[in-house]
Amino acid sequence: MRLRRKRMMIRAWRKRLELKPVVDRTAKIRPGDILLFSTLRNENIRLPYFLSYYRDMGISHFLMVDNDSDDGSRDYLGAQEDVSLWSTTASYKKAGFGVDWLNWLQRKYGHGHWTLVVDPDELFIYPFCDTRPIRALTDWLDATQVRSFGAMLLDMYPRGGFDAQPYKPGQNPIEIAPWFDPGNYTITKNKLLGNLWIQGGPRARVFFRDKPKQAPALNKIPLVKWHKNYTYISSTHTLLPRGLNLVYDEWGGERASGILLHAKFLNMFPEKADEELSRGQHYSGSIEYKAYAENGSENSGLWCKSSEKYINWRQLDILGLMSKGNWA
Amino acid sequence: MRTGIVMLVHTAFDRAEQLARHWAASGCPLVIHVDCRVPDTEYTAFVTALSDLPEVRFSKRFCCEWGTWGLVAATQSAAQVMLDSYEDVRHVYLASGSCLPLRPVQELLDYLDARPQTDFIESATTADVPWTIGGLDSERFTMRFPFSWRKRRKLFDKYVALQRRLGFKRKIPDGIDPHMGSQWWCLTRATLSAILQDPNRQVYDKYFSKVWIPDESYFQTLARKYSNKIESRSLTLSKFDYQGKPHVFYDDHLQLLRRSDCFVARKIWPRAQALYDAFLTDQAHAMSRTEPNPGKIDHIFATAVNRRTHGRPGLYMQSRFPIEDKINSLTCAPYSVLEGFGDLFEDFETWLSKATGARIHGHLFARQRAEFADGKTVISGALCDSAKLRDYNPTAFLASLIWNTRGERQCFQFGPRDRQKISWPMAKDPNAHISVITGAWAVPLFLSGRDFDDIRGVAARHQLAEIKHMEILQSSWSKARLRVWTLADFIKAPMEPLQAIINEISLKDSTVVTEVPKMADLTGFGDFLQKLKNQGMHPYMMGDFPMPGDPADTPQPKRKTYQVK
Repeated sequence: MRLRRKRMMIRAWRKRLELKPVVDRTAKIRPGDILLFSTLRNENIRLPYFLSYYRDMGISHFLMVDNDSDDGSRDYLGAQEDVSLWSTTASYKKAGFGVDWLNWLQRKYGHGHWTLVVDPDELFIYPFCDTRPIRALTDWLDATQVRSFGAMLLDMYPRGGFDAQPYKPGQNPIEIAPWFDPGNYTITKNKLLGNLWIQGGPRARVFFRDKPKQAPALNKIPLVKWHKNYTYISSTHTLLPRGLNLVYDEWGGERASGILLHAKFLNMFPEKADEELSRGQHYSGSIEYKAYAENGSENSGLWCKSSEKYINWRQLDILGLMSKGNWA
Repeated sequence: MRTGIVMLVHTAFDRAEQLARHWAASGCPLVIHVDCRVPDTEYTAFVTALSDLPEVRFSKRFCCEWGTWGLVAATQSAAQVMLDSYEDVRHVYLASGSCLPLRPVQELLDYLDARPQTDFIESATTADVPWTIGGLDSERFTMRFPFSWRKRRKLFDKYVALQRRLGFKRKIPDGIDPHMGSQWWCLTRATLSAILQDPNRQVYDKYFSKVWIPDESYFQTLARKYSNKIESRSLTLSKFDYQGKPHVFYDDHLQLLRRSDCFVARKIWPRAQALYDAFLTDQAHAMSRTEPNPGKIDHIFATAVNRRTHGRPGLYMQSRFPIEDKINSLTCAPYSVLEGFGDLFEDFETWLSKATGARIHGHLFARQRAEFADGKTVISGALCDSAKLRDYNPTAFLASLIWNTRGERQCFQFGPRDRQKISWPMAKDPNAHISVITGAWAVPLFLSGRDFDDIRGVAARHQLAEIKHMEILQSSWSKARLRVWTLADFIKAPMEPLQAIINEISLKDSTVVTEVPKMADLTGFGDFLQKLKNQGMHPYMMGDFPMPGDPADTPQPKRKTYQVK
């Protein structure tokens, strides 16, 4: 495991050469700041809401990697005072789906900070997020000596077809896609790395109903008190050292956990799926996108009668998708 | 006579300053202790910031690591400064930089003035209260703890284990009886100075410096020795979680704190601006008092601790995934599994749902798809009828179904035609109420009129599956509530078992069965069984069935040898 961790760190070190700084404002980072790391490609339309959502939450600085966007994302981000931006034209896939790039940036800038790693289509939800800033959470995690905080990916979708309502910049995507699957998830434990492997949700229900094993993983650990020797292995699903993956309780109790609202299924989605399919830059030979392409065209959407409409974190807590644990 | 405040500070100095000014505004002198680990620059800045207040002193700095002697030493020295500097102080209140007075300070002073002789200190013997952290109660006083619990936990634990094995016991000094309680107290000058000037103080200090978490026992024990009037409770509201860490109050606790009826609360999150704004105002602006309801705070924190330690049974999610043998039951609520009833009765599910008002599913583990009630393809939780999805993790499927429909009793059919992987999880689940008519699977075969060679093979497979299934249900690991009848026994008196099942499932109380479900026509069934036997496939799970042309019961041996090809 140590070797594997070292290998990941060497990979990240090599891949640093692929990153070209566009705007480096990291001198503004102060001790104790909570930092957000993200990789993106052609997400300009999502950025205004994304940034304002996380600014309101209490993120002090954004460290972003732009993977060859051509829709103006780079200029937009470059103009933001709290964003440091790197760009690369290298392969997303060869960089471990962006993991190597971010591992490097986290190693360099994240040491000693709480770091949040999310995609531009993910909105982080944690207990009491409507009344307490994220620092309340990280202070509490510090006080209880917890280094990592899990947040399952919750796929959100609109009622009806993806293109029924076009998304406008600055808009909360959950307004358009407020629906989710409340209770069809399966969990197995990865004995080697100690993490839970969670699958299910609308993608398993619709796209992968005949090959459930290939359904995408939903377990994520996006919030970590970073140390320069830590490393993500595959996306934010798993980390090394392994202790960081133990974000769950095995004795019957519940640890606190959050949710990443995954607002992927908006009107931009079918186009994006086509593009990703031709680029072949996503996980397992883009199998996910293939499944969308096969199902997507004939299917009108992901909504079903038992879909639940999102209200707030308390609803997710009651449904048992996340937990406030012993935070009160 | 006045009340002096001893304040222990180690962080959030802006808030500490605010608090000091608040106390001072009501005429309370302060002695402040700042942790030695605070950098000198910060310390000096803090001292300078408060230099305009005439009645604030700073005491000698000690290092206050949690659970160690430093906290007591700091308190002792600060208290000494208080007693020496302010002759007119009658009560000394121990507070921290993250405490917040919830009621106007004057109310506290009035309260203390009315009780000039009383010491407010929570103090109980270890024998009487189960405040244990890390599994230590009375051992706190009889062992040595040279290693930090936070930083060197392994060493700490090993040393405790070693002391236990060797039977090591420290001698508790004469004249004291160990007590413990909340570290936040309010003592009278008389008691406090008696403690500080005790001729045996050196002995006690030496002893307590090796006790674990001495700040919760030093003053608590010695106050018992000197106080004339102890009121064993803390005036500071402070709640602890299961690891002994104080719960923190945030802005959204404002209403809760307003109704708490306590003088002071801790711990307040330093950035809880709304709380500081609401409570650190002058008397005139202090909020209008609402009806106190302190129980609510207890309830909220007790629920939180329970959530962390016990969780919600039957829930599997990202932060609760219990190991199988650490839990009582797989699911969160009782459910009924009916085996063989659907084979024996026509349209049994409709009848049962009418008779009970419950949701009655078909064969949830059928090979083609999960047969949800009313032919639905997706039910609560967006659980889908795809057999592949279900078989990918049948245990999760069942647990999710029961969780998603909590509050509504679930009931489903099961039998040898279904996927059998769920047998073990179900058998080990005390929430499973399983009723079986063994051998009933033969009835649809009998009625099918299929080619007999086919039937023979199918019957053999079904019988084998059922035997395995029954072995599991009746194994010593099984925790399910089980009721078994053979087909032969059941048809002799079907009403009694049916009534029992209805009572088990029914939402209404004691429904009496009026309408009886229609049983399949079994004329010639005995013939059919005999024919199977003649083919070498001995069906015995259905019990003793009367043979054709032999209406008088010819008793057959219960377990016959059988042969399966």
